[in-house]
Amino acid sequence: MTLAPKHQRLVLVLLAVAALIGAVMLAMWGLSDRAAYFRTPQDVAAGRAEVGVPLRLGGMVQKGSIQRMPDGVSVAFVLTDGVGQVPVRFTGIVPDLFKENSGAIAEGQLGRDGTFVADNILAKHDERYMPPQMGNQAAEMMTRETAK
Amino acid sequence: MIAEAGLAALWLAFSLALLQFGLAVVGNRLGDLKTLVAPVAVAQGLLTLLSFALLIWLFLRTDTSVQLVAANSHSAKPFIYRFSGAWGNHEGSMLLWVTVLSAAGALLALVERRLPERSLRATLGAQALLALGFFGFLLIASNPFTRLDPAPLQGQGLNPLLQDPGLAFHPPTLYLGYVGLSVAFSLAVGALVTREVGPAMARAMRPWVLGAWVLLTIGIVAGSYWAYYELGWGGWWFWDPVENASLMPWLAATALLHSINVLAARGSLRAWTVMLAVVAFSMSMIGTFLVRSGILTSVHSFAVDPTRGSFILGLLIFYTGGALLLFALRIASVREGARFEIVSREGALVANNLILSVILGTVFVGTLYPVAVEAMSGEKISVGPPYFNAVTGPLVVILAVLLFIGPLLRWRRDTRPNLRRVAMPAVVTAVAFALTFIDPAMNLLPRLGLSFAAGLAVASFLPLAGRDLRRTPLTIWGMVISHLGIAVAMTGAAADASLTRETLAAARIGEVLTVGPWKVRFNGVDPVAGPNWTAVEGHLVATRGSTSIRLDPQSRYFSSPPTETNEAAIITRLDGQLYTVIGKREGDRWQMRLWWKPMVTFIWLGGALIALGGLLALIGRLRRERGRPLPLAEAQT
Repeated sequence: MTLAPKHQRLVLVLLAVAALIGAVMLAMWGLSDRAAYFRTPQDVAAGRAEVGVPLRLGGMVQKGSIQRMPDGVSVAFVLTDGVGQVPVRFTGIVPDLFKENSGAIAEGQLGRDGTFVADNILAKHDERYMPPQMGNQAAEMMTRETAK
Repeated sequence: MIAEAGLAALWLAFSLALLQFGLAVVGNRLGDLKTLVAPVAVAQGLLTLLSFALLIWLFLRTDTSVQLVAANSHSAKPFIYRFSGAWGNHEGSMLLWVTVLSAAGALLALVERRLPERSLRATLGAQALLALGFFGFLLIASNPFTRLDPAPLQGQGLNPLLQDPGLAFHPPTLYLGYVGLSVAFSLAVGALVTREVGPAMARAMRPWVLGAWVLLTIGIVAGSYWAYYELGWGGWWFWDPVENASLMPWLAATALLHSINVLAARGSLRAWTVMLAVVAFSMSMIGTFLVRSGILTSVHSFAVDPTRGSFILGLLIFYTGGALLLFALRIASVREGARFEIVSREGALVANNLILSVILGTVFVGTLYPVAVEAMSGEKISVGPPYFNAVTGPLVVILAVLLFIGPLLRWRRDTRPNLRRVAMPAVVTAVAFALTFIDPAMNLLPRLGLSFAAGLAVASFLPLAGRDLRRTPLTIWGMVISHLGIAVAMTGAAADASLTRETLAAARIGEVLTVGPWKVRFNGVDPVAGPNWTAVEGHLVATRGSTSIRLDPQSRYFSSPPTETNEAAIITRLDGQLYTVIGKREGDRWQMRLWWKPMVTFIWLGGALIALGGLLALIGRLRRERGRPLPLAEAQT
């Protein structure tokens, strides 16, 4: 099939446009169920966190809530933002800066029993990671505490 | 005085860029003066280099009367990190960016002899206009030479994560790549202005794109390996916005590289190539914007300032928007390229470009989606590996299939494509696919990845079939090695995704842990001290068969600024790596994380092959095209 020059250019332009639209549609399809939403314990308490999909849960590690499991590598704790409280379970090496009364982000999924099972923990002030969301949240929390 | 001299050099370079732009714009009316454009470009490049050299000198002397040095350096730091500290911060890295930009313009003015004079002048004008924006940014918003009074006795130090030889040279490599694409951008703008879009432009552009692409590849591969061994997470690609910031220009440059070849050899895909050149450099600027703006904070959150983001965003919109406007106005006057049929080398390269563009589009949307959502609804969102893997994985497999066939097709039209040559790789793919069922737990995507990688490894050598190997041009070798590199890297990525074995435990001294084929004995811990850190060091002995090897992973503490890092200990074998990390103390036990990662090194080995292929092609081009007349395609159109 030989195309006239004008038609060939037209076909190329149409292909390019189709590729662009295809990319955006593919991206939207992917984002519809795979964008990890950032949630707060307050959202979870209000039922605004989906069960069984990847999420990021950010909050403060509640004082006295850290329990080490007998296997030596699992830990259970509670993330709070002053309103909601979510129990979290994690198996792995927690970041060095993970402590009580300090900000942390758990990446994982919310289970049906209301426990958040994390595959990854990011601690606030951890040089390795500090999502911008955490910065805002920590600031809000500090103002809330001073207000008390 | 050094700081003032550096600032003066920068201002002078700024003025010369202004002069260069002016001379280029009114060039034809100036008679003899128009020949000044090239010398001015060279002088501008030299002055910027001088300014950057002076900044490095300030860092080497740890001159704390300069604010930037005081904030980012410390006299007790090892020499190499005082040196690399010069660009391990916002101002220094932006000065490095401008330095490379100016130096690239100067080099272009010095070496380019084959472009029509008018086009070269317009190109240098465009390059000067680019430099002006970034000079302005430095001088107005991020002066690296600001003095600090009174000068502190000691500097504050450098983020310990940046104190790593790999990272010291990672940003310059990426910047050289980013900014190499600026020349492609300027050449495209120059060609549009003078209506000279054609093979001559493509030939002038090709070495720059090849060079930039090689450097971007090296930068990405090195960055990936750095993240792998330094972060202690055992991962090699996190789809972090900053990683995406370097991947996006690479994808665009890869597409550009292939379409340039069509334009240079056959005269086709003119508008397409110009468009890709604009997109590639825009992606470089978006990368800079993402990293520098603070919009997306990430692993690399060391040099961030939100207020400066808007300046870079302004530059981005001005340059990209300006180039696109020029493109829209001039595209009708770009001459028709040579025709080709769908089943041809050109057709395959168009398909390659389309798939690369789709991958680029999905990465772009995924990276910027959180910003858009937060701007519109205030909702905080983050897009991560589940999205990127699901979307890009299948596209990469399609790309691999295309790589089987494309290099075997003839230019212009292939009436009877010799499909028998594809039979062998197809059989290899099928056999490999069957073999993956040895591990029934494997997911479909790694299965496809491993089998198509095996087929591609065979297919990549086919263009050499029937050739006299000693007389085969370097450019063909380059293609073969790069395509083989893709197969090797795909193998590593698929193996890492599906075959990794992990053991996580709290171990007592004397305990033996098992991971994959290795038995690892924990012999105890010791405190150790480095030049500016202290650490707990674990002693492990790993045994497989009759060999035993010591491993000493560390958990390090830096006091200035207070930071803790993990230093993984890694054993590399032909068939994979044993990766060990020591964690916290739990009573009389220590947390250990052990990974056996079969073929994981193939990821970076493949990346190195891809870069090597690009380098060979670059050498081949430079040798072959010196003073060679334009091909027939130019005369035909």
